[in-house]
Amino acid sequence: MQFVIYFSFATMSLAMVIIFVRLILGPTLPDRVVALELLASVIVAMIGAYAIYTDTSSFIDVAIVAALTAFLAAIGFARFLERGGPRDD
Amino acid sequence: MIDWIIMLLMLSSSIFILLAAIGILRLPDLLTRMHASTKAGALGITLMMVAASFHFFDSVVMAKSLAVIIFILITAPIAAHAIGRAGYFVGVPIWSKTVKDELINCYDPDSHRLMSGLETEEELEVYRQNLDYKPRIRVSSKDKKD
Repeated sequence: MQFVIYFSFATMSLAMVIIFVRLILGPTLPDRVVALELLASVIVAMIGAYAIYTDTSSFIDVAIVAALTAFLAAIGFARFLERGGPRDD
Repeated sequence: MIDWIIMLLMLSSSIFILLAAIGILRLPDLLTRMHASTKAGALGITLMMVAASFHFFDSVVMAKSLAVIIFILITAPIAAHAIGRAGYFVGVPIWSKTVKDELINCYDPDSHRLMSGLETEEELEVYRQNLDYKPRIRVSSKDKKD
């Protein structure tokens, strides 16, 4: 059990590193927004794994709030892209 | 027994998330990257929350996990739709091997009018008269110079 938890933490950390590479490379701003959204999803899943690891069920509330802020950030970025002025990618 | 189920769910969740990350790095353009990130990411969160609800096995935690799952399954398509729409409007280049782009001849990026191709002559005349109508959504100034 402990090994599986550590393995999933390592896998998700590797996924975060890969997403950061796309966040830095990303040729246009929408690519970076997609990478940020996936980063927030990885953070929510990581909070779930941490709740299992520490055996503390309160962390599920943190996951709810993290998912909510990620959704609002994605919608806000989309509005900014549609309505915004000149961009410099 | 329940430990094995939790282990299986956590393993598959983390592997799906890693697949989403690899997809977002390797795929060629914005729409295919969104295809990788939204579906695999939502499945990863869902599996992890199911694993958490099995681990605590408490009705309150199960309800909270279910709330997270339903929230993710509702919001992930909405966010993907908003970002994809914004990306198309600001003129993100699409992959050269894309088979179908149905909007490319019907959509006017300056006035944001979508034509069906079946307009009558009077409708086209009304459209031409209103061409100086200021669009609510501005297109990026970089594309207009080219």
